[in-house]
Amino acid sequence: MSKQLHSTPTLHEPPSATPSPVRTSALSRKASRQAGLFEPSLMRAAFKQSFVMLRPDIQWKNPVMFVVEIGTVLSIIYTIEAALGIANPERLSYFLALDFWLFATVLFANFATSLAEARGKAQADSLRKTRRETPAFRLRDNGQVEQTVSTALRMGDRVVIEAGQIVPGDGEIVEGVASIDESAITGESAPVIRESGGDRSGVTGGTLVLSDRIVVEITGASGTSFLDRMIALVEGAIRQRTPNEIALAIVLAAFTLIFLLVTAALYPMAWNAELYMTGYVGAKDTLSSLGTDIPTLVALLVCLIPTTIGALLAAIGIAGMDRALRANIIAKSGKSVEVAGDVDTLLLDKTGTITIGNRSATQLVPMGDYTAADLGKLAAIASFADETPEGKSIVELVHKQHASVDGEARAAASAKFVKFTAQTRMSGIDLPDGRRVRKGAPDAVVRHVQQLGGQIPEGMQARVDLAASQGSTPLLVCEENRIAGLVILEDILKPGIRDRFDRLRRMGLRTVMVTGDNPLTAKSIAEQAGVDDFIAQATPEAKLAYIRAEQASGKIVAMMGDGTNDAPALAQADVGVAMNSGTQAAKEAGNMVDLDSDPTKLIEVVEVGKQLLMTRGALTTFSIANDLAKYFAIIPALFVATLPWLSKFDIMHLHSAQSAILSAVIFNALVIPLLIPIALKGVKYQAVGADALLRRNVLIWGLGGVVAPFIAIKLIDLVLEGLNLVV
Amino acid sequence: MWTLPVLILAVTFALAVPIGLFMAWIFDGRYRAPAWLGGLERRIDTGPQDWKDYAIAMLVFNVAIFIVGFLVLVLQPWLPLNPDGKKMLAPTMIFNTVCSFLSNTNLQHYSGEVHLSYFSQLFFICWKQFITPVIGLCALVAIIRGLRGDRDMGNFYLDLWRGVVYLFLPLATIVAVLLIAGGSPMTLEGNAKVATLETGVMGAAPDGSANPQEIARGPVAAVVAIKQLGTNGGGFFGANSAHPFENPNPYTNFLTCMCIILVPVSTLVMFGRMLKDYRQAGVIFAVMLVLSATTIIWAVSFDSAQPNPALIAHEAESFKIPDLAAETGERDVPWPAVAGLPVDQQLGNLEGKELRFGTAAGPTWAALTTNSSNGSVNAMHDSLNPLAGLTPMTGMWLNCIWGGVGVGFINFFIYLVIGVFLAGMMVGRTPEYLGKKVEGREMKLAMLALLIHPLMILGPTGVFAATDWGNKSTNNPGAHGFSEILYEFTSSSANNGSGFEGLADTYGFNDNPTPAPFAPQWDIACGLVMLISRFVPIIAPLAIAGSLAAKKPTPFTAGTLRTDTLTFGMFLLGTILLVGALLFLPAAVLGPVAEHWGPIPFGW
Repeated sequence: MSKQLHSTPTLHEPPSATPSPVRTSALSRKASRQAGLFEPSLMRAAFKQSFVMLRPDIQWKNPVMFVVEIGTVLSIIYTIEAALGIANPERLSYFLALDFWLFATVLFANFATSLAEARGKAQADSLRKTRRETPAFRLRDNGQVEQTVSTALRMGDRVVIEAGQIVPGDGEIVEGVASIDESAITGESAPVIRESGGDRSGVTGGTLVLSDRIVVEITGASGTSFLDRMIALVEGAIRQRTPNEIALAIVLAAFTLIFLLVTAALYPMAWNAELYMTGYVGAKDTLSSLGTDIPTLVALLVCLIPTTIGALLAAIGIAGMDRALRANIIAKSGKSVEVAGDVDTLLLDKTGTITIGNRSATQLVPMGDYTAADLGKLAAIASFADETPEGKSIVELVHKQHASVDGEARAAASAKFVKFTAQTRMSGIDLPDGRRVRKGAPDAVVRHVQQLGGQIPEGMQARVDLAASQGSTPLLVCEENRIAGLVILEDILKPGIRDRFDRLRRMGLRTVMVTGDNPLTAKSIAEQAGVDDFIAQATPEAKLAYIRAEQASGKIVAMMGDGTNDAPALAQADVGVAMNSGTQAAKEAGNMVDLDSDPTKLIEVVEVGKQLLMTRGALTTFSIANDLAKYFAIIPALFVATLPWLSKFDIMHLHSAQSAILSAVIFNALVIPLLIPIALKGVKYQAVGADALLRRNVLIWGLGGVVAPFIAIKLIDLVLEGLNLVV
Repeated sequence: MWTLPVLILAVTFALAVPIGLFMAWIFDGRYRAPAWLGGLERRIDTGPQDWKDYAIAMLVFNVAIFIVGFLVLVLQPWLPLNPDGKKMLAPTMIFNTVCSFLSNTNLQHYSGEVHLSYFSQLFFICWKQFITPVIGLCALVAIIRGLRGDRDMGNFYLDLWRGVVYLFLPLATIVAVLLIAGGSPMTLEGNAKVATLETGVMGAAPDGSANPQEIARGPVAAVVAIKQLGTNGGGFFGANSAHPFENPNPYTNFLTCMCIILVPVSTLVMFGRMLKDYRQAGVIFAVMLVLSATTIIWAVSFDSAQPNPALIAHEAESFKIPDLAAETGERDVPWPAVAGLPVDQQLGNLEGKELRFGTAAGPTWAALTTNSSNGSVNAMHDSLNPLAGLTPMTGMWLNCIWGGVGVGFINFFIYLVIGVFLAGMMVGRTPEYLGKKVEGREMKLAMLALLIHPLMILGPTGVFAATDWGNKSTNNPGAHGFSEILYEFTSSSANNGSGFEGLADTYGFNDNPTPAPFAPQWDIACGLVMLISRFVPIIAPLAIAGSLAAKKPTPFTAGTLRTDTLTFGMFLLGTILLVGALLFLPAAVLGPVAEHWGPIPFGW
């Protein structure tokens, strides 16, 4: 919205960008956004961190990988035993290879988490540069200005910011209008307009004022601003696990326990086979198979427990937040991003989301004795003091059609402006000569005129209805008790909006258009845009009531808003996205802030949420499906020394028992780094029905998860054999 | 060969529809009880219960019948209806038997005609066979009420009453009458003494004439009817449904085999009716049918269509084993060649079969009795070909194909929750089933229920396989002996009760001078396994249903995972097979698979 406003000629162009620290940081932020998945500097940091994370007290937070770590230690102890020649010296090189790959498994897992964290941190660092201490000019009660620093500001302080200065903290403009460069936050270089009194009064700390002078009331104490929250979130400092993540963690822990049990029970079972085979063949010493070899059983355990998803779980969560951030959404918690994936109903403002910008006056229809010029003059007079975009567009239209409106402007300057209220649904002006000029909703104006004893021109109602039925908004203009004519405001649909709604419908979302228009107009636009429902003549109460009604039927509701009067609805909605340009109240009420103030952003938020869950589901399924092939590699290898005929179970025809086990372990380790890109980028979401989505994912991750390791393990085995690395 | 299983399934499905509808009708309380029953019924009803009240009522009731059952068996010598003067059983055997019948398992370390009086048969065995399946059914009904969002879960005592009086009593009466017509005895007279011409197992008198043969009999028809209907499986005789008094002819075989899965299949219809959603029930039915048909086909193909691998000619083979004494560090162990034995193999493996019933009857029964948690047998499972012997184990490992009355569906519900959780995430929404979100708490409970079964099978199997407790108790050495141990705990944990047999696990009467040496260990271990595997997997799903019931239903949208489609059915099937394979594949390979591929003759 603000971007469109910026293009109107009434505003001055922003001064050419001066090199400032903010600018550079904005650039570096852009750069970090474009950085590849495996940027060398991030890789280095992640590599270091993955060793730090080996500390048991840190590793403990990931139970699956903690089990691997313990297993590795156990395996190393047996290796030392073998090295000292106490037991199984002939297996030393095999043990060493196992140790190496088990250790690599833990490292890869830590690396995945660290890399995600490092990427988040890189984002945060570039943001943090905008948050450094800046000078601030505090306005005292006596009107004097004192210089201080941004960190010393408290809530409620008023600061003066002039062109070229940096906004010292989050706040609300109480005086003035300015163009502001928010690229430090949003990465978007086009300046935006922020002004007092409207719904675009919010400014964010760290942004640069390009023109004019504003007075800002600080609304967030230092350290609690949105920026701080976002930094903490992406750095993972306050990474609370979301309910879905917790549920999955429980499932993974339980599977780990189950496989621990399966592996542990295998020891006595293998021992049983050794006992009876020893007796049968009459061997002097008990036959020993790998089935009672602890490092091998550790290898089996590590192969079975869901290490793949266990390793990538944290990374998926962090990457989800990171993706939200890349879409310029600050979520106050990870949970809200996930909830977005569950959204059933989207409340979208008509203006700026479904239609381009605001309605603009496109036509003047004079009535009765009035000429088009008369009507234009009256409409312009009534709109001069009207700050709304509609009001401004009327002035512009009249200006364009009837050259000068300076006389009217002078007349209006000394007149009394009558504000629009939801009760009167009219605005206008009381001129010094006593004439009362009003413009407003047709029914309100008609009532007004009738009260004053005026007549309704013939054909007026038909004209009003015609305009309304076409989706336009007719405004009636009257002078005293005479109706002067209609000003027609029109909405222009955003290109491609219908397709987007179709897409949302396929995703299972209902879209609801929220508009202040009368029901007839709203219905027409709703039909044109293809939304499922609309709230016409929406008052804050109506929005709130609608959300509550939806929620009562179990639906999850998302809405986007910017104005203070949206705050209750934003707070009520399950996902409330406040626009960064909006008021502080709105931002406090919602659980996400959209830095771009782009009303269509909700759709992206929903997709990020869905992707997050899908990635987890897909990798979990993949991880568990992988186990089947590992069984086929490992089980015959375990018993080949006691039950040689079980080699028929080895359908992959692997080189040897040790090679089979090593191949499975190597596959299990390598699959983690191979899947890091998927974990970070997320599984591709397609707006098809749930059934088709399930089919697709089950085919790729389920069936693929069963088949892929058979091929991969065989290949690894061939390589090991080819390189003569195994006995 | 295939006519019998196809007919059994077809007739069962046809009968299950009216019975399932009837069950929904009685459990929804839409009937009007006759005046003389209604008064009693009102007194039984203690009012609506939430899941906790329901579970506590169920547990309290179970403790009560545990104590009563224990007393009946301890006091057996002094109680009436004991024409043959049965003595007191060994304490561990009493414990095992009480656990077994309390948990609807009917694992029998005793042998009915040898160890139990008629009083014990009727007022311990038969009585519990009526009550315990209904307890499982009550739990299921409560869970369904939770799933459909009822305000309460009903009343346990009232449900129990309804299940026993309106469902099982009439059904069992009909089946018992049919069995009597088929030739099963129904008498309270003691063993029949028959003078035989030749000297039989009873030996000869000093004058050389044959001793009279004692033929065990009793109220057989009554016990067999409910044994089959209530997925109990504990036979009147040790030989179970292979005994000519329990199962006189092919018609009674058809009837009793059908009864095994009749009520479990009916619960699916009841589920559909109570939820008013037959599609959901249909998908579950389809998944179960695929699994059930697979096990039957597998069992019949590997048993009735193939000779015993032990009887087929084998080339001589040798295997290298490590031997440090040898120069190469290895030596060859030869396996002798086996010539094909001159046995007609046209009819497949006939060892341990009742030939009265036809060739496919044994494996078909073996599959169905372990698909459900019935556990009755009409053939010796120990004698099944190795891979056919895998069938009953697989059925019990999964334990959710038809399953026990009520509990089979409950076990399936656990897999459903896990399937919904995985599939739900993959469509990008918080997983939900029937409009209720499946979250951390539900998954914790579901995984607990899933965990118990492998824990109770693999843990004790490992302990017994590695020690004399198991190794000195098996009838056969090697992989087959391992299968015997594995089967016993599988059967206990699945609350199935069928035996692979071949285990020396019978202590007998308390004064038995030569009991099986490790019988007490078997009695106690199996008893505990049966109890734990019965109640944890009932209470955890009850808690899940309770927690789901309290949630606000979410409306159905195009983004919602549908659980009533072919796609989800396939996914569910895959999940069940995969999880089942991951849990039990190693054990299966060490038992039946190793035996199948192993050289013959194997062992001593």
